[in-house]
Amino acid sequence: MRASPGGRPGTMWSRMAASLRKESVSEAITGYLFVSPFLVTIGTFIFFAAVYAFYLSFHKYDLFSPPEFVGLANYRKLLTNTDFRIALRNVAVYTAGVVPTQTAVAIALAVLANQKLKLRGFFRSAYYVPCITSSVASSLIFMWLYYKQGIINYILSLLRLPSNIDWLGNPSTALPAIMTLVIWTTSAYFMVVFLAALQDIPTSVYEASKIDGASGWQTFWHVTLPLLRPSIFLVVVLGTIGCMQVFDQVYIMTRGGPLKSTMSIVYLVYTEAFGDLKFGYGAAMAFALFAVIFVLTLIQRKYLDIKIEY
Amino acid sequence: MRMMLINVRASGDGAAAGGALLMRAHSRRRRHAIARQGGVVAIYAVATAVTIVTLAPFAFTISASFKTLSEVLEWPPSFIPSRLTLDNYKAVWTVSPLFPRWLLNSALASAITVVTNVFFCSLAGYAFARLRFPGRDAIFLATLGTLMIPGQITLIPRYIIVHRLGLVDSLAGLVLPDVARVFGVFLMVQFIKAIPKELEEAAKIDGCSRFGTYVHVILPLCRPVLAALTIFTFQGTWNDFTWPLIVLNSPENFTLALGLNYLRGQYYTFWHLVLTGSLFNIIPMLMIFLLFQRYFVQGISMSGLKG
Repeated sequence: MRASPGGRPGTMWSRMAASLRKESVSEAITGYLFVSPFLVTIGTFIFFAAVYAFYLSFHKYDLFSPPEFVGLANYRKLLTNTDFRIALRNVAVYTAGVVPTQTAVAIALAVLANQKLKLRGFFRSAYYVPCITSSVASSLIFMWLYYKQGIINYILSLLRLPSNIDWLGNPSTALPAIMTLVIWTTSAYFMVVFLAALQDIPTSVYEASKIDGASGWQTFWHVTLPLLRPSIFLVVVLGTIGCMQVFDQVYIMTRGGPLKSTMSIVYLVYTEAFGDLKFGYGAAMAFALFAVIFVLTLIQRKYLDIKIEY
Repeated sequence: MRMMLINVRASGDGAAAGGALLMRAHSRRRRHAIARQGGVVAIYAVATAVTIVTLAPFAFTISASFKTLSEVLEWPPSFIPSRLTLDNYKAVWTVSPLFPRWLLNSALASAITVVTNVFFCSLAGYAFARLRFPGRDAIFLATLGTLMIPGQITLIPRYIIVHRLGLVDSLAGLVLPDVARVFGVFLMVQFIKAIPKELEEAAKIDGCSRFGTYVHVILPLCRPVLAALTIFTFQGTWNDFTWPLIVLNSPENFTLALGLNYLRGQYYTFWHLVLTGSLFNIIPMLMIFLLFQRYFVQGISMSGLKG
């Protein structure tokens, strides 16, 4: 159809709409095509996987015979399972120890790395190195350092402290030993979060506190720290989520021992599902952990999340 | 609020009070100058002490890699090896014949996930940021929501799916669930949204297709964020332990991370070899970090989320 000059506006509009529609249809098709590899992957291995895990948690499944519906039996079993209770307690102790410590260390590192020092770049990189080390490498190195006749005991003996300790072989020291390793590896990661937040604080705030005659410590305590609150919230939440899922270090260093003193929930999920092929029970356990994480996040949001205005 | 207090005090009080304030400020400044010098020394001392704490375990490991087994385990431990030997570096390749395989498997798995993530995440990121299609925002929000799902929830189904596909104990099974990560798309969308639209419109007028625009306009502009994505993806795959542990069974298919643990667990632990081997795991990552460290920091501070 040829467009005649001064043709009826109706046809002009409809033609424009048609070409627009054609344009937007092709744009939509391109859009779907472009996101499809990503969506297929995420759809399969996250969306479907999460739903499937939920489904499995009400079934008995060993990979070879078809899933058998058991209702809430897996969850009920959790409540009476002593191993699960031990793991829950271990993870609670672990999280309660690691999260506040690594958050405090991360803030201290960020403040330190934010000072105008000559070697600032070097210091920042040096602090970050534990963070890029794999869990396997750091766990193996620390296993050797924690060895009864190892370097950590040697340093303690030089300081005249108790030093004949089998760190990973003793039920009362194994968990703290793993906690120390994790604090050493992850603090610098959160340092970066705080460093970014510190650099966002306007200098006028510091100038004001200087004019007010506040000491460095007072400034930190009454000015810097309150302004870091949103970052602290973020770090505490991310730290808690990470801690609740501790697995690699436990698997590599202690296998949950000695005397189940380092047994974590994900370690238990691993042994139930991949050791005993109880996939339904393992999935139920994973969901119970998810629920705990979710509730903790909500509680932390209530107490820590406060809007900041400069 | 503090600033207000000061203003009230400075302007509201009489001249006498103002003079006293000035004098107090003077002596305070002198005291501060002395304190500041001491403070700087203290800050350097603390910064150095922290450096020692973070780097000492690596220093001990490097030192151990030049020692014999008996020297690695001797009491009291020595820092400097009695005689430098490169035997461990040779032995790690020969005593454990699978070591080169592990290194190769790790390199392949990392290379594959890096390439697929860079391609799929940037493509999806471009579509989410620029193209209009029904349900776009809802889909994007839903994928962001998955960041809330802890990895251990999906671990069991992942294994079952890979098992069904017949890919257990293979490189394909190892990389398949990770060919595109949510974090990568998130990073790309953030970045692409900030690119001025005029550049793409120019390409469109020149008759460039959407894929052409993506290749010739968007990708070159995304270089910094693609570098960050490369590093995070490499780190994720190279350092991963849990998923390879679950999906791989035969030692010849292991990644280096898994192989190192296997080397340790076999029988009596040859610590000199385990520690030397772990350096092969640490050093490639360290080199990438030192080369591209500004992108590390950018990536974390851009998202505040773990990659």
